Amino acid sequence: MTTTTVAPRKPWKATKADLYPVFGALALAAILDYAVVAVTPMKGKLAYVLLFFIFGAGFQMALKWRALGRRAAVDSLAASVAIAGAVIAFTPVISLLLTTIVKGAKGIYPGFFYHDMSVANYQSPLNQGGVVQAIVGTLYLIILATAISLPLSILTALYLTEIRGKASGFIQFLVQAMSGIPSVVAGIFIYSALLLTTSLRGSTIMAALALAILMIPTVTRTAQEVLLLVPQDLREAGLALGATQWKTVATIVVPAARNGLITAVILGVARIAGETAPLLFTLGVSNKINWNPFSGGQSALPYYVWSGLGDGTELGIDRAWSGILVLLMLVLTLFVVARVFGTRKVKIK
Amino acid sequence: MTSTLIERPLPEKRALTTKPRPSDVAFRSVLNVMSYSSLLILAAIGGFLAFRGFGAFKENGFGFITHAEWSSLVGDNGKEISSFGMGAMITGTLIISTIALVIGVPLSVLTALFLTFYAPERLKRALVTVVDLMASFPSILYGLWGFIVLAPMATYWAKLVFKYLGWIPFLSVPSPAFDRSPFLAGIVLSIMIIPIVTSVSREIFAQTPLERIQAAYALGATRWGMIRAVALPFGASGVVGGAMLGLGRALGETVAVYSVLNIVFKINWHVLYGFGGNIASMIVQKFGEASFTEKKALLAAGFVLFVMTLLVNMAANAVVQRAVKSGK
Repeated sequence: MTTTTVAPRKPWKATKADLYPVFGALALAAILDYAVVAVTPMKGKLAYVLLFFIFGAGFQMALKWRALGRRAAVDSLAASVAIAGAVIAFTPVISLLLTTIVKGAKGIYPGFFYHDMSVANYQSPLNQGGVVQAIVGTLYLIILATAISLPLSILTALYLTEIRGKASGFIQFLVQAMSGIPSVVAGIFIYSALLLTTSLRGSTIMAALALAILMIPTVTRTAQEVLLLVPQDLREAGLALGATQWKTVATIVVPAARNGLITAVILGVARIAGETAPLLFTLGVSNKINWNPFSGGQSALPYYVWSGLGDGTELGIDRAWSGILVLLMLVLTLFVVARVFGTRKVKIK
Repeated sequence: MTSTLIERPLPEKRALTTKPRPSDVAFRSVLNVMSYSSLLILAAIGGFLAFRGFGAFKENGFGFITHAEWSSLVGDNGKEISSFGMGAMITGTLIISTIALVIGVPLSVLTALFLTFYAPERLKRALVTVVDLMASFPSILYGLWGFIVLAPMATYWAKLVFKYLGWIPFLSVPSPAFDRSPFLAGIVLSIMIIPIVTSVSREIFAQTPLERIQAAYALGATRWGMIRAVALPFGASGVVGGAMLGLGRALGETVAVYSVLNIVFKINWHVLYGFGGNIASMIVQKFGEASFTEKKALLAAGFVLFVMTLLVNMAANAVVQRAVKSGK
């Protein structure tokens, strides 16, 4: 006996016949758009975009009105507006990425990654000098800021998920309040507390302290979400087997949430890698690699970009674009890695 | 047969207590103490900035908030004559943030509606990732892009707005100078707050109860009718909360605004006109060459900014939390 299954029909799905008038109307709108801009005094990209929207949305409305009446026409207008809003909101992303790649690529040459700026200044030709000192500085900052903020954030997250003490609501509130601290405030706080009246000068560790303040709330909140995903059964199983709470957390809960916790740290790093404002008060200056994080100025990628922008000359700004391209690549890599770790389910060994 | 009950004394009630092991005592007390690190950090920030800035508050009194002038000069007798007021910077910050909200929030809400109710599943997933990605772009990138790419366009738009709407008082300009205006800074900030407002709004729209959506369709509503009658009323408080989180971010943004704004210590209500004020950028601008007294005044300015953003963020979080809870 053979069985035949009937493919489910989707009567609500748009058929080809439905789509012809839609695309036809859009094509007509494009032609009319071009014609009107050519004839009337309205000129420029803005006119094209605006008129295309008016004609496109208008034709769609007219079609719907003729076929289904006034309410369908209003519905179609709302859809056009929503689509237009989304298009406008996403246009800057495309522009940001394209500009960075096109303008940044100009200054990239192999030496950019192993030369420092002691052999060149911002007005030197683009085939001199590089960002190796800034890359080293940024890596130092990431490592130190992570080392400072990680224990604090993970322990706070554990308090919020494992102990759930009386103060949980309050602590949660504070962590959220912390996530709103402007980066410039973190910078001047470290400056006012540690640098203003002492003989200390800006160094890697000072900047890392400022960045750690910005990193803590991000890591805490993500870590908390991840720990909440660990099934309650696992904790109960651990306790029922006679383990202490400490053993349960250390050998069951944290390992189960490991991937998520790594994601939390990566998101925190992505949050601070591109921060510029705190560095202006705490990092000092260096145009070559400084291996000592506790004394002497340091460089960092965002600071390199900032200096190029501040330099204001054409070459300086070209250098800034190249610097931001390297920084953006770093942030994008972190973002992708966080995604890969984040999408894996909570795993139990 | 008779049974005899033997009277026996009831066994004593045993108290069921577990004596916490030393490891647990240590574990719990470490967590208890560490969890207060955020309180310590917040208190230290507020405390240090207020302490260092106290002199500036005392010298200038209430004028520190209201006066527009900021000057520090060394007089003939070698003494420093200074007068610090943040009036222009505070109004400037509020104006720029308002522009950012006026442009950014409607676009974000439309994007959130598009993502929740219009976009096909695959496109939606891709675009949600893009929104997250946008949030992780460094602010210096927005600054550089705003300065090089957006500024010429924004100047052109400002001229257009002035040409057609110049009769509205705050859209007029005293002289045709449209470069590096609060308008441009506001546009840059609006792009920077779109990710956060969009993601908060989208989350709240996604929680719209399915039965209400289906009920609206069953009653014959169009998609727009459903959005207007069900999704928007349901998500309104979440959108407000998201907008306030965006405001918190806009108030404290430094580098991007500094790159595109011409900072002048004079209150400017003409949003298209080529100068404005911003607390965070002003701190960066003045810090490099500031004397000891002026640095302290800048720390006081930082304290004002800290308090402003803290209040806005706390309120925003309260609103978002309530919206999310009521949604469940």
